[in-house]
Amino acid sequence: MAKLKINGKLVEIDVDGSTPLLWVLREHLDLTGTKYSCGIGTCGACTVHVDGQAVRSCIVPVSSLDSSREIVTIEALSTDNNHPLQQAWKELDVPQCGYCQPGMIMAAAVLLNNNPEPTDEDIDGNITNICRCGTFNRVRRGIHLAARINKSSNKRGGA
Amino acid sequence: MMKKDIFDVSRREFLISGSKAVGLGAGFSLGLYLPLTSQGALASEWDELPSAGDPEVNAWVVIEPDDTVIIRIARSEMGQGTLTGLAQMVAEELECDWSKVITEYPTPGQNLARDKVWGSFSTGGSQGIRGSHLYVRKGGAVARQMLIQAAAEQWEVPESECRVAKSVITHEASGRSTTYGKVAAAAAELFPPEHVELKDPKDWQLIGKPVKRLDTDDKLNGKQVFGADLKLPGMLNAAIKACPVFGGKLASFDDAKTGKMPGVHKVVRVGEDAVAVVADTWWQAKTALDALPIKWDKGANAAVSSASIDKLLEQGLTSSDKVYVGNKQGDVNKAMAGAVKTVEAIYDYPYQNHATMEPMNATARWTREKCEVWCPTQNGEAALEAAAEASGLPISQCDVYKIHLGGGFGRRGAFHDFVKQAVAIAKQFPGKPIKLLWSREEDMTHGHYHPITKCKLTGGLDKKGNLTALHVRISGQSILASVRPNWLAENGADMITFQGFHPDGDHAISYSVPNLLVEHAMRNPHVPPGFWRGVNINQNAIYMECFLDELAHAAGKDPLEFRRKLMADHPKSLAVLNTVADKAGWSKPAGKGIHRGLAVVKTFGSHVAACAEVSVDKKGKLKIHRIVAATDPGYAVNPQQIEAQVEGSFVYGLSALLYGECTIKDGAVEQTNFHNYPSMLMDEMPEVETIVMPSGGFWGGIGEPTIAVAAPAVLNAIYAATGKRIRQFPLKDVDLRATG
Repeated sequence: MAKLKINGKLVEIDVDGSTPLLWVLREHLDLTGTKYSCGIGTCGACTVHVDGQAVRSCIVPVSSLDSSREIVTIEALSTDNNHPLQQAWKELDVPQCGYCQPGMIMAAAVLLNNNPEPTDEDIDGNITNICRCGTFNRVRRGIHLAARINKSSNKRGGA
Repeated sequence: MMKKDIFDVSRREFLISGSKAVGLGAGFSLGLYLPLTSQGALASEWDELPSAGDPEVNAWVVIEPDDTVIIRIARSEMGQGTLTGLAQMVAEELECDWSKVITEYPTPGQNLARDKVWGSFSTGGSQGIRGSHLYVRKGGAVARQMLIQAAAEQWEVPESECRVAKSVITHEASGRSTTYGKVAAAAAELFPPEHVELKDPKDWQLIGKPVKRLDTDDKLNGKQVFGADLKLPGMLNAAIKACPVFGGKLASFDDAKTGKMPGVHKVVRVGEDAVAVVADTWWQAKTALDALPIKWDKGANAAVSSASIDKLLEQGLTSSDKVYVGNKQGDVNKAMAGAVKTVEAIYDYPYQNHATMEPMNATARWTREKCEVWCPTQNGEAALEAAAEASGLPISQCDVYKIHLGGGFGRRGAFHDFVKQAVAIAKQFPGKPIKLLWSREEDMTHGHYHPITKCKLTGGLDKKGNLTALHVRISGQSILASVRPNWLAENGADMITFQGFHPDGDHAISYSVPNLLVEHAMRNPHVPPGFWRGVNINQNAIYMECFLDELAHAAGKDPLEFRRKLMADHPKSLAVLNTVADKAGWSKPAGKGIHRGLAVVKTFGSHVAACAEVSVDKKGKLKIHRIVAATDPGYAVNPQQIEAQVEGSFVYGLSALLYGECTIKDGAVEQTNFHNYPSMLMDEMPEVETIVMPSGGFWGGIGEPTIAVAAPAVLNAIYAATGKRIRQFPLKDVDLRATG
């Protein structure tokens, strides 16, 4: 039995402790926005937030987690597709097939939290997700645009 | 130039049995906008298509009372943007309000039942737009005319006095207006007009505009349901292993322990060569499968290795056995004998995996009466045929519900091995939906690989350094011989092997060489080949464009000037080449330590060129700084999506150049996942400047052409930087340190 806190809700799941978080999200909680692609922590399609850090959920056994850890998936990144990254992605038409994009966006969200105005080098160093369609240049522009959206909304909020 | 197209419309073609859109399948086809709770996608919530119950004006257009326009899309969306482009073309002629357009996939079963009213479902060969633009525009135009007629009849005025714009029909003389949604039901009862006229391209309002994609929103928040995400009521999950050696068989398995593992329902044989574990969850199925003792009958192919394949291909470089001619001009032997200087080089190109981000998968439900399959496919009709074949049922009792693909790249078009497997498993669980999902390891080791070839090129130069003779001998695998033997030429030649070397057509050579001989020695190892985004132009462009660079240097000429001299009869290819050279500043030096390389091809009907700027440091580390790319596709339906495809093509093409290699050991592919079959990452991605320069009068493809120029442009720049001519790929194991 795993007790987890996912998207703000406490859940109890009857599952073998060795089951990776990815498969608990996908098969027990129907949170299928988090994708399976490599299963070895290499591609990033399964990226979620655990206590604000980007984590590749395909290699995290649920036994290593408990309900004190805040797990957030793409489904709860925003309430209405209005996270600055989602706005920027929409504005720039970033996704192609879209399969890697939830992981890409979740990784980018942590980067922006830690570094509100990342340089190209910061982005290159932090976003190591695979995208076979090749959206990298729009992802990069999307992160810069999201940073600007963040900045302007913070200014408005603070005024 | 394209003239106004006037079509006769046959009644049969557009007549439907009723005026309501019904019977598109009891299942669903799209997860784009259907209700989807945060707790997942259950089929019961998806039982109806958006168009269900709404008036179908014709096969392409359904309009709801609130003026929502549902455009039917027969081709598949796999990231390439075709869904939006096709909708633009229907909407252009329909004159509807673009902000109210949504789309849906008709099923291939319905296409069969309705006499192929939606044409081809095949989504490959960069054909999505160029192969259907006429009939989808016609579909929009016919629907428009019927809507106008319906309004005119209600008002009792001549149709010719009615005007339309953005889904509003107006009769100015009487000051009346109505909307498409209000007259759609009446329009659906009408016979289609006998003639429709398509707009002149100069009058296009929507085609050619960089409108946003229609499929983005759900790709940002996890709502987009891919095949791998599907969940049907009562569904079980399957994990599979097929014999690692292609052509080998499953000998036996021992399910004494595995069959009792948590969640496991059954361990089943799948066809001749595979075994699957069916369990409550996929993770349980995979865990049990990994623990399952399996014996394979590997067969004779277990002796094959990369080295033995190389030997086979090597022999083909000089043999006269099974050699086919793809292009012959003048007399190469005579001209070569008379050449002042000859240059010779041998290039190698490896096997590569498509490596879609979403591994192969399909969900099937089989009963004695019906077989249904939900899957990502580039060709719904081929998926339907595969389902019918595996189900043992007549095709009319089968259907396929298409789902957007998590990448296709050619893997999910001609091959539906995953569909056949899913159905074979589902047959052993009548009435239960079975979702089969391949592990990444299964996907990497059971591909239909980019074929392996070698190429020996010999060029002859006269005393002025002009290219007078070129002999190209390709040796290696034919895709068609394995995949489409009925497409081989009468003499057995695989003409697709000669992409980029053809005398004319969509894949014509961009140069005039007075004495030319291009041959293919067909050598077919046991590894299954497949159409891999770009297909044979990828390696052929490396062979041709890098060797031309070699010849230019041997002649002491500038690579741009050397090419230009051969391109007088190829003005459109010359135009894209000149454009990238100008924009990149070819005539001026690049920045310190930065060097340039060029490549140009005509392929899939489009003309594309690239100029790459790279540097190589003392340790041999390559950095690609910038690429300038130009594309002339004739007509550009959505320029911003063309830019996205061009940028993405560099990622796909350069990933192949830098890392793409599947090697064979004991008859099996050695690479198993992204750690040993890497893909390019963000930090390696150069700035790309894309110039879309449609010159009109023809329709070329977009999704594939640019891949072909990615590698040779970079390789030629590496030569400029280092003096090293790389002829074996990928680059990951190559020492790029400068010579001397």
